[in-house]
Amino acid sequence: MATYKTSEFKKGLKVQIDGEPYAMTEMNFRKPGKGAALYECKLRNLVRNTMISKTFRGGETLESADVEEIDAQYLYRQADTFVFMDNKTYEQYELTAEQVEDNWKYLKEGLPCSMLLYNNNPIAMSPPNHVELLVTECEPGAKGDTATNVTKPAKVETGGEFAVPIFIKQGNVIKIDTRTGGYIERVSN
Amino acid sequence: MSDFAQTGFHPTASWENLRLRAGLLHRLRGFFARHDFLEVETPLLSADTVIDRHLDPLSVTLFDDPRSPAAGRSMWLQTSPEFAMKRLLAAGADRIYQVTRAFRGAECGQHHNPEFTIVEWYRVGDSMATGMALLGELAGELLDADGVSLVSYGEAIQRHAGVEPHSATVKELAAAAKSHGVAIPADMPSDDRDQWLNLLLAALVEPKLGIERPEILYDYPASQAALAQVRNDTPPVAERFELYANGIELANGYHELLDASVLRERNRQVNSQRQAEGKYALPEESRLLAAMEHGLPNCVGVALGFDRLVMIAAGASSLGEVMAFPIDRA
Repeated sequence: MATYKTSEFKKGLKVQIDGEPYAMTEMNFRKPGKGAALYECKLRNLVRNTMISKTFRGGETLESADVEEIDAQYLYRQADTFVFMDNKTYEQYELTAEQVEDNWKYLKEGLPCSMLLYNNNPIAMSPPNHVELLVTECEPGAKGDTATNVTKPAKVETGGEFAVPIFIKQGNVIKIDTRTGGYIERVSN
Repeated sequence: MSDFAQTGFHPTASWENLRLRAGLLHRLRGFFARHDFLEVETPLLSADTVIDRHLDPLSVTLFDDPRSPAAGRSMWLQTSPEFAMKRLLAAGADRIYQVTRAFRGAECGQHHNPEFTIVEWYRVGDSMATGMALLGELAGELLDADGVSLVSYGEAIQRHAGVEPHSATVKELAAAAKSHGVAIPADMPSDDRDQWLNLLLAALVEPKLGIERPEILYDYPASQAALAQVRNDTPPVAERFELYANGIELANGYHELLDASVLRERNRQVNSQRQAEGKYALPEESRLLAAMEHGLPNCVGVALGFDRLVMIAAGASSLGEVMAFPIDRA
């Protein structure tokens, strides 16, 4: 298993602590005055979804977590369960609403995404950076208003809601940045 | 697509912040001109380097033959212009400052870039009090603050960590950390008070310093004197001070150590600590020692991280917002 040195610590790293997998969600390098370097980390337990804070001194190491990332696609939702399929093996995996987090807003049928497996069990998924979604409901905008800094809410095919410019109409396809949840552009009318 | 295409050629800082940066640099030079300081320039590459337990200088090979670029004399990229500027003081300078680049290995993060802009100045005749007053005046002017606050290291640790830092044992320091819910690294040494003080300072004290207006922390533990004089109070304290704004350390100052034999002894200690931690040793002999033996006048010296100062002035939260090209785009 690979090990990471403190100098390699960064947001997004998947590490193993006390036999459980964690994702580093925050990493602050601190070096007070003429003092020794400290690496202040926030880590999310990937199985139990709990947060911990840990501080490391320079030169310490962490083991990489035994997680595997696979290419998958979203199939359908069944009550509070989201079903995905491994693109290589066609094996199906289920995630709970809690494991999917806010990403349900992007999940339309066939959406390619990456899934994280731990001991062959799915524990998390992430959508591509950009997702195109069909607007199913929104207030009509004022005619001729092309400003992009004034926004209104729009409902999309997945049931999610996003802030969009005034000129967006029902039936438009819009591109959303999944890292921020922000509107990028109109793709088609 | 190459890595370059992916990270982009654009600066990470906005034009607004780059203009603010240029404006602050202009005001800073004006401040030193008004106070009769001479602007000086000294080499970035040097045969000797500041010997500090936690500063790790980068080295460069000064090759003679480009066909074997790995062979040649090893020179240090300065971690600060301290040695060279003190040599100028020993040679007769009396108020000098410079704005230059400093380099520090293994320092990278939101508030650290391995290459950064340092402002360093020395004034002959200063006591720690007058040296702090000058720093306070500069900070007030550049950060548009109404003066600065002063707090001693002892008071600050007592107030925020509930322990007396100059006399507490490692056990008491560890108990204070635990009772305040500090995340304690797994391998903290049981015989090294400074490491525990460092942890308390980072976790509990620093975030609270300089919140309402810039704040100077002074009178450090004698064990953290670095290149400062130790004042023989009970307990003895180092005449060292640091400026903070919004919980961020901006500057470090010393009422400078003048005694070459004390520096020799500290160098030896620091090198043995470095080697015990598995780090490379640094050259103990230097032209600074020669200058100190010749005679360094009584003075205060301060080094200020200019990028961080701009960051605070801009209301930004990372250095990348005020540097055109931080290390991952350099």
